[in-house]
Amino acid sequence: MSVDAATVRRIAHLARIAVSEDEVPHLQGELNAMLAFVEQLSEVNVEGVEPMTSVTPMQMKKRQDVVDDGGIADDIVRNAPATEGHFFVVPKVVE
Amino acid sequence: MTDLTSLTLAEARKGLAAKTFTSLELTDAHLSAIEAARVLNAFVMETPDQARDMAKAVDAKIAKGDAGPLAGIPLGIKDLFATKGVRTTACSKILGNFVPTYESTITSQLWRDGAVMLGKLNNDEFAMGSANETSCFGPVGNPWRREGSNTTLVPGGSSGGSASAVAALLCMGATATDTGGSIRQPAAFTATVGIKPTYGRCSRWGIVAFASSLDQAGPIARSVRDSAMLLRSMAGHDPKDTTSVDIPVPDYEAAIGKSVKGMKIGIPREYRLDGMPAEIEKLWSEGAAWLKAAGAELVEVSLPHTKYALPAYYIVAPAEASSNLARYDGVRYGLREKGGNINELYENTRAEGFGAEVRRRVMIGTYVLSAGYYDAYYLRAQKVRTLIKKDFEDCFARGVDAILTPATPSAAFGIGEKGGADPVEMYLNDIFTVTVNMAGLPGIAVPAGKDAQGLPLGLQLIGRPFEEETLFSLGEVIEQAAGRFTPARWW
Repeated sequence: MSVDAATVRRIAHLARIAVSEDEVPHLQGELNAMLAFVEQLSEVNVEGVEPMTSVTPMQMKKRQDVVDDGGIADDIVRNAPATEGHFFVVPKVVE
Repeated sequence: MTDLTSLTLAEARKGLAAKTFTSLELTDAHLSAIEAARVLNAFVMETPDQARDMAKAVDAKIAKGDAGPLAGIPLGIKDLFATKGVRTTACSKILGNFVPTYESTITSQLWRDGAVMLGKLNNDEFAMGSANETSCFGPVGNPWRREGSNTTLVPGGSSGGSASAVAALLCMGATATDTGGSIRQPAAFTATVGIKPTYGRCSRWGIVAFASSLDQAGPIARSVRDSAMLLRSMAGHDPKDTTSVDIPVPDYEAAIGKSVKGMKIGIPREYRLDGMPAEIEKLWSEGAAWLKAAGAELVEVSLPHTKYALPAYYIVAPAEASSNLARYDGVRYGLREKGGNINELYENTRAEGFGAEVRRRVMIGTYVLSAGYYDAYYLRAQKVRTLIKKDFEDCFARGVDAILTPATPSAAFGIGEKGGADPVEMYLNDIFTVTVNMAGLPGIAVPAGKDAQGLPLGLQLIGRPFEEETLFSLGEVIEQAAGRFTPARWW
C-alpha cells in the first residue's frame, strides 16, 4: 500500500501537524518508504493468532478509589505558556 | 592518587568507604572532565552546583556511617527522565524550557541510595533515533574514532549522550532508556555495558513516554558489575506505573562471578545475516567459545519470526508514539506557536516543535491507527508480536538459559553517513536488539572486541523474563575474556 499527496495532507491534519505544500512530496516519499518496509508483514500467517495486549502476563493493578494526591494547581500550570489564575488560556473555541 | 575519573563504580565505592577520597573530590573530578569534553556534546545541561551540594550532603552521611549503596557516586541522567527543578526536554524543541515539579521514580531511587547528579544527557529527540542525530541540541560525538582518522563518529542512539559520557569517563554511570535498542546499541558503539531489563522491572513513571509497551529504562556503565549495582537501585515496584511488577529486586551484584557451568546458551541461526561483516561473525563465535570454556553448553536454536520484528516494530512504536505525543499541544507546557483558532495553534506548535524524525513517526503512527487501516497494520503487527514472543518462549521451554547474538550489525559510523535518503537504512541498526523489546525480555550488551579500524563491537545476551542475574553472570564471563576497552583521549 502507498499513500498519495491527498492522504499525506489528511494524515498531517489528523496528527495536528501543519505541513506546507512543498513539504508534501518529500513526506510522501518517506512515508511510502516506511510502508514498503513494513509490507513484508503481509507474508506472515497470523490466522488464529491473538494480538499481544500485555507484554508481561499480569493482572491489571487497580488502586483504591480514593483521592491520594492533589492540591497542586500551582504546579500543574507552572509550565504553561499562557494562564490566568489556575486556568490554561487558549484561543476562543466556542463562538 | 590515580585520576578519580578512571575508576569503576565498584572501585570508587571502595575508595569512598575507605575515605581515600570524598564524594566532593570524586564529583569535582568528573565536573572538570565534563567541562573539558564539551566538544562531545554529551551533556545538554550541567548542574555543578547541585552536584556539589548533593556530594557534600552525602559526604556528611558517609562520615556518620549512614550511606546508601550508591553513596557519593556521580551519575549522568538522560534528558528523558523528569528531574525536579532541572530542565527536562527529551531533547525536543516542543518541551522548550520545561522544568518538572516532580522527580521520576528511577532518579528518586538513585538519590535515595546516595548517588549524585552531574547533569542531563543528550539523546535522540523523544528517544527516536539510532545515532543521536535527531536531538534539538545537535549530535553527540563518540569518544572512539577510527584508527588514524579525525572523523567524529556517532555514539549510537537514542541514549547517545549516556554512552558517550560513560565511555569518555565524564560520569561513573548513566541512566538510559531502550525502546528498540537505545541502551544496547550505543553501549556496543562505545565499549560500555548496557542492560535493558525485563519489561516491568523498572518504573516508567516520570520518564518521557515514547512507546509505552516497549519503553524500559536501564543503566549504561563501565563494567558488568557497575551495571548490576546501578540496576539494583533503579529497579523495583512502583504503584504509579501499572505495568511495574511487584516482585522483589535481587542483589544483582551477587550474580557476578557465579559459575555458568551447565548453562545452555542458544545461538539463533536467524541472526546470521547475509552480508554480515566477517569480524562480527568472528566476534560472535569468539563469544560463544568463551562461554563454552567457562562450562556453558552451546545449542543452535531457531527464532523463525526474527526478520519480522523490525517491520512490526515500525508499526507498533510509531502508533504508540502518535498517541503518547498527542499531549504536546502548546497548551499545558512547552512551546506555543500562534494560531487564529485552536486547531491552528496545535498544528503550528507541533510543526515547529517536532523535528523531522518525530514528525515522520507521528504521521506513520497516525496513519496505521486511522480508520480502515488499523486491522491491516496495527492489529497484524500485534499478532506478529505474539509470534515473536512465542519463538523465544519455545526456545526457553527447551531449557535454554540465555541467547547469544551480536549487539549490532556494524561498528559506529560517521555523523550524517546513514539514513539521509531512506529512513529505513538507519532503522536496520536495531535489527538484533528490537526483538527483545517486542518480547519484553531482558538483554545486555557487553563489549567484546574491536573491528579492523579499531572500533568497539559488542555482544548481546538475551535472558528469560526477570532473569537478569543470568545475564550478569554470563556478561561477566565475556568481560573477563575480552577485557575492558578505553578510548584514546582526543577531546
